[in-house]
Amino acid sequence: MELVQMPKNLFVADQLLVVVLLINFVMLGSNRLMFCIRAAATQGVILGILPGILHPFSFHITLITVLILVGKGIVIPGMIGKAVRDVQIKREFEPFLGYIPALILGAIMTAAAFVFAEKLPLSPEHENLLFVPASFSTLVAGFLILTTRRKAISQVIGYLVLENGIFIFGLLLSETMPVLVEAGMLLDLLVGVFVMAIVINHISREFSSTDTSRLRTLKEE
Amino acid sequence: MITFIIHCLLVIVMPPLLLGVITKTKAEFGGRKGAPYFQPYYDILKLLKKEAVYSKTTTWVFKAGPVVTLAATFLASLMLPLGNHSAPVSFAGDMLLFAYLLALTRFFTTLAALDTGSSFEGMGAAREVTFACLTEPALFFALVTLAKMSGSLSLTGMLTYSSSSAWAGAVTVLLTVALFIVLLAENCRIPFDDPNTHLELTMIHEVMVLDHSGPALGYIQYGASLKLFLFAALFYNIAMPIQTGSVFFDWLLFIAGMLGIAVAVGVTESVMARLRLTQVPLMLITATVFSAFSMILIFR
Repeated sequence: MELVQMPKNLFVADQLLVVVLLINFVMLGSNRLMFCIRAAATQGVILGILPGILHPFSFHITLITVLILVGKGIVIPGMIGKAVRDVQIKREFEPFLGYIPALILGAIMTAAAFVFAEKLPLSPEHENLLFVPASFSTLVAGFLILTTRRKAISQVIGYLVLENGIFIFGLLLSETMPVLVEAGMLLDLLVGVFVMAIVINHISREFSSTDTSRLRTLKEE
Repeated sequence: MITFIIHCLLVIVMPPLLLGVITKTKAEFGGRKGAPYFQPYYDILKLLKKEAVYSKTTTWVFKAGPVVTLAATFLASLMLPLGNHSAPVSFAGDMLLFAYLLALTRFFTTLAALDTGSSFEGMGAAREVTFACLTEPALFFALVTLAKMSGSLSLTGMLTYSSSSAWAGAVTVLLTVALFIVLLAENCRIPFDDPNTHLELTMIHEVMVLDHSGPALGYIQYGASLKLFLFAALFYNIAMPIQTGSVFFDWLLFIAGMLGIAVAVGVTESVMARLRLTQVPLMLITATVFSAFSMILIFR
């Protein structure tokens, strides 16, 4: 690894991305819902700071940063947290795939993401950075959480992580990407969280459980 | 030559002091006065004066266990540089010999435990080996990372490089966390194992040495403190990449750093509860993932 030629802000960004990757592992290995929500929020906040580090100061960047910090750091975690308190679940029990296999799978996929990113024809200024592998690995981690957990709330968290992965990839383009795309992405997510929160509330009211694997059989009344 | 003498002196004299510092820190946290710092020395000396009792069911393996363990740990200690000073023995690939000498000590401890025929000791041996399977990859990934970073295959090159080179960012942090977990797990400290527990069912390492007595138990306790010393020295070289320039101050810094690590272990033991046995593998896998991840970062 050549640290010498790397500009200072890119070096800091790389270190922050390492933290983002570690948070993926933390979430893959943890069964406490509130902890996972906070971890996802932290991840969102770190990603929110990144554009400010990468690009010179401008009104546009400041606005995006503030919006992301408020959205990913306060609003979305707050809403999911409220849903958790409403349905009174503290832990994820018996996921479809245990925590240790999920953690190992996540580690293998991260390694694969690094190998894959090597093979991609990236522009030379992006080649030595962590952005692409971090993006793929976060995507996979989100996907793993989304598919291996039973509780609907865990699946929302997985969805959040998945979106963070897409966001990292978007950072590479944020120079050319208009605010609208960013905003659209956040809005999508917000709607998603809304729908999920409502659905979760309904499920728990009707069936007294948010275990999605029990939703396979239809109930007649 | 002076480096060699100081190296041997430290390796022989210092290890039990670390145990004493850990106990004292824990006592301070508990609001007690605690045993004196040199209590482990008194304990070991007392045990060495006693007579050994051997069960009739045991064979020579049981007697060889503690001796081989202590000898192999000493041999390993000759390859590990202390602070910025190169180790007495160093050649390309000595990191493998270092790791496997420590594995050999574990092999003989478990063999001696199985030799007694006690079901408790067999259970402890099984646990010890299971957890060792999980800590070993963490240690090896860390060693490979260091080898790649320094471009050297001997422990002296790897570790004195990391203590003299600039801070390498995330890689250093990851290695530090992973190696601290390995340090705690390998030396049977809380949260992985409680060296002071008196309930055989929850023991891991201690249950294996229940049948040893007298000098043999003294060797085992001394060997355990030496192992703690080795892992702390390994950790020190990565976690504290400081160099004063003066040989004398480097030694002082090393000794202070080792005592600091002992205090850190004591604090960890005081603020954490022991993990449930089923949670231990998760923690060890986390350490492995951390050091594997640092290896990926360094190799890309």
